[in-house]
Amino acid sequence: MGTEMSGASRLLGRVQRGRADGFPWSAPHWPDAVERAAPDRKLGVDYDTQWSRRYPARLVRAMLLDNVSRPLAHLVAAPAVVGAEMLELVETPVIFVANHASHVDTGLLLSILPRRFRHRAVVAAAADHFFDRRWKAHLWALGLGAIPIERHKVNRRSADTAAALLDEGWNLIIFPEGGRSPDGWFQEFRGGAAYLARRTGRPVVPVHIDGTRQILAKDGGPLRRHRTRISFGTPLTATEGEDARRFGVRIETTIATMADEGRSDWWTARRRAAAGTTPSPRGPDAAAWRRAWALGPGPGDDPEADEGRWAVSRH
Amino acid sequence: MSPRPGFVLEVDRSTPPTLFWHGEGFRLEKLPTGSRVLYAPEPLDPLEDPVGSIRRALLQPMGDAEPLPELLRPGMKLTIAFDDVSLPLPPMRSPDARQLVIEQVLDLAAEAGVDDVVLICALALHRRLTEAEMRHCVGDRIYDAFAPQGLLQQHDAEDADNLIHLGLTDHGEDVEINKRAATSDLLVYVNINLVAMDGGHKSVATGLASYRSLRHHHNARTMQQSRSFMDQHRSELHTSNWRMGRLIAESGVKVFQIETTLNTDTFPPQMRFLERREWEWSGRDRAGFLATSTALKRTPDRLARQILHSVRSPYRMTSVQAGEVEAVHAQTTENVYRQQLVAVEGQTDILTLGLPYICPYNVNSIMNPILVACLGLGYFFNMYKGRPLVREGGVVIMSHPTPWAFHPGHHPSYIDFFEQVLSETTDPAEVGKYEEAYATDPWYVHLYRTGNAYHGVHPFYMWYWCAHALEHLGAVIIVGGDRAAVRRLGFTPASTMADALEMATDVVGRDPSLTHLHSPPLIMADVS
Repeated sequence: MGTEMSGASRLLGRVQRGRADGFPWSAPHWPDAVERAAPDRKLGVDYDTQWSRRYPARLVRAMLLDNVSRPLAHLVAAPAVVGAEMLELVETPVIFVANHASHVDTGLLLSILPRRFRHRAVVAAAADHFFDRRWKAHLWALGLGAIPIERHKVNRRSADTAAALLDEGWNLIIFPEGGRSPDGWFQEFRGGAAYLARRTGRPVVPVHIDGTRQILAKDGGPLRRHRTRISFGTPLTATEGEDARRFGVRIETTIATMADEGRSDWWTARRRAAAGTTPSPRGPDAAAWRRAWALGPGPGDDPEADEGRWAVSRH
Repeated sequence: MSPRPGFVLEVDRSTPPTLFWHGEGFRLEKLPTGSRVLYAPEPLDPLEDPVGSIRRALLQPMGDAEPLPELLRPGMKLTIAFDDVSLPLPPMRSPDARQLVIEQVLDLAAEAGVDDVVLICALALHRRLTEAEMRHCVGDRIYDAFAPQGLLQQHDAEDADNLIHLGLTDHGEDVEINKRAATSDLLVYVNINLVAMDGGHKSVATGLASYRSLRHHHNARTMQQSRSFMDQHRSELHTSNWRMGRLIAESGVKVFQIETTLNTDTFPPQMRFLERREWEWSGRDRAGFLATSTALKRTPDRLARQILHSVRSPYRMTSVQAGEVEAVHAQTTENVYRQQLVAVEGQTDILTLGLPYICPYNVNSIMNPILVACLGLGYFFNMYKGRPLVREGGVVIMSHPTPWAFHPGHHPSYIDFFEQVLSETTDPAEVGKYEEAYATDPWYVHLYRTGNAYHGVHPFYMWYWCAHALEHLGAVIIVGGDRAAVRRLGFTPASTMADALEMATDVVGRDPSLTHLHSPPLIMADVS
């Protein structure tokens, strides 16, 4: 057994993950390797979101968040929040860095943040996905306070915008995986959050979100109610001499430990972390079904119940 | 702008009325011209990075202690003891200082590969904490990791199988403490030093002790010789605890002490008027006072109590010290004084106190008459260094409704003490003859061990706490209290402050001097 994997199952896994993108039911992603015609300069990373941080837009967003998103989040996601008291220790602005498994993540996270954070937050959102149509750009900028970020390559303008907003006192929510997890396991963390934290000197609050994939997975399907668990870790600051790459690794390790904590308990997770035996949050290098199998039940699922076991093994 | 130090106001004709706490409410009293009012120093700036400061304290301990990581090794037996919810008051907003410290200690223990870890709440003879209270102290993460396995425990001073007698001090005092703590390779004690009385050797020698041990310093004689017990160098209570602490160390118990201090940022923003000097109240403060006091007056007592007990204080940590007990505590005490000490010139004939709804022994509970006496005469009276604020033979006037009401679950033996003992005598030395019967009563012991009741002997300790004041004072008057309950305490009831002042002149003569302790926030008077 082990982590060895046959060529056939690797291919099968890739085919299954390809299906999960939703194509042809949704628009295809543009391959990075293929040059693209010059985009509409007012969309994508060039979309100007300044208007969405002015008072009328903020008021609308705050009303939506407090009166629609929050009740909805509690109804659909029944969030169990762990470690929110750690937010008392930090001064705003901060950078929230979370794993990403569902479109529900952003709304849910904003809903449970204390007021001083949620009413002054911007969300780093994929410029090619959320800002590729004018109506989408307006909708996400207004509804979530989204700002466009280039996720496939380093873009100075994206970084400058995010850093400037942090300097102006806006909290930033960023999902460093660059997109939703296709199967519930973590993807590689990119270095943007660590880079911004180092550049601006602001602390990073690691966040682990569990259970949202059961509400709305990347492959779509109907929205379902499911319990979720959102845990906040102790705020992290880059130490002297710690470069962005190493700081990024520390952030990822911290969130991996928090993921382990969700499946065991805080003390077990701390001991595993100290011993370097924290289970990999990226899952086994194996066929898709084995990865789904290894994922286990989500928060609130009965681990003994067959239904919970199979509910996550749809791939 | 740096926080302002404490302040002594001399009342003149233009001084606005002074705010008095009055249980679950407030009173505004116009004090006579020439009276003094002591205001607390403003909250000190908190530590910018409390987690980093805790980590540094553990790595760079004080005294001859080694850094904590060097004391931790795989296969060792580690016990972490911590203070119960009797402090801070009101309970602090999460994260509690205990949670922050214990998480850091456990992080280091995990890095060192320590498996055998037990956490013990150092209750002494206080009531057991409820789950919600325990979660508040240590945080959900620690609770969920340790409580289900039985590794988060509450000290049981009546569990003979889990107590160990370490010997007698050179004064013949028994030293008997929690066996798990005493037989561990390392005992880490996590303390919150709210007032100068807390911490030092008292943490282990009292917090983890049995009745057999505690009776040597929790008695009328010791308290009368503690002047005050907030000043450890002039406190017989501390001298006895220090003897015991040194014996514990000589017995081979290795204690690593971690002490924290808090600022006096006591009330949330909507109750900020309680921390401000009356002449500086803004429109918002006045509106807050009127709304709060009017609402509380019209609210049934039980609901008002629930509302006030749900207040979470925005206290922030001002320092953290770790290492050898005495070195740590010397620095901690300095930090407490830095926040709370107010220099006062000379004593006063009459000391007035506004007593709030809470004291260390009625968290989420009722402030019964015995606790009213203890808070006023035990705690506030003793908040001095040097000489008492009030002269010998002087008068203390306290403002509190003093209801004849008890929490039957938390304070069962208080009810009998109030009915049976205080009806016979209020002399602390005299009440002691009933102590043994209450301390060994099997029903009280059962309630202490299995419920959420204070130990049977606890009301006696509350009364001993008043011993110094009762010996020192000429009279004690309670304004606005239940007259029958006040008389049972041996005090004089008064309807108004004016009446109380009139009565006081019978004891201290015409034209007396008057000082009001505007507390909480906590103040310690340094009386010259």
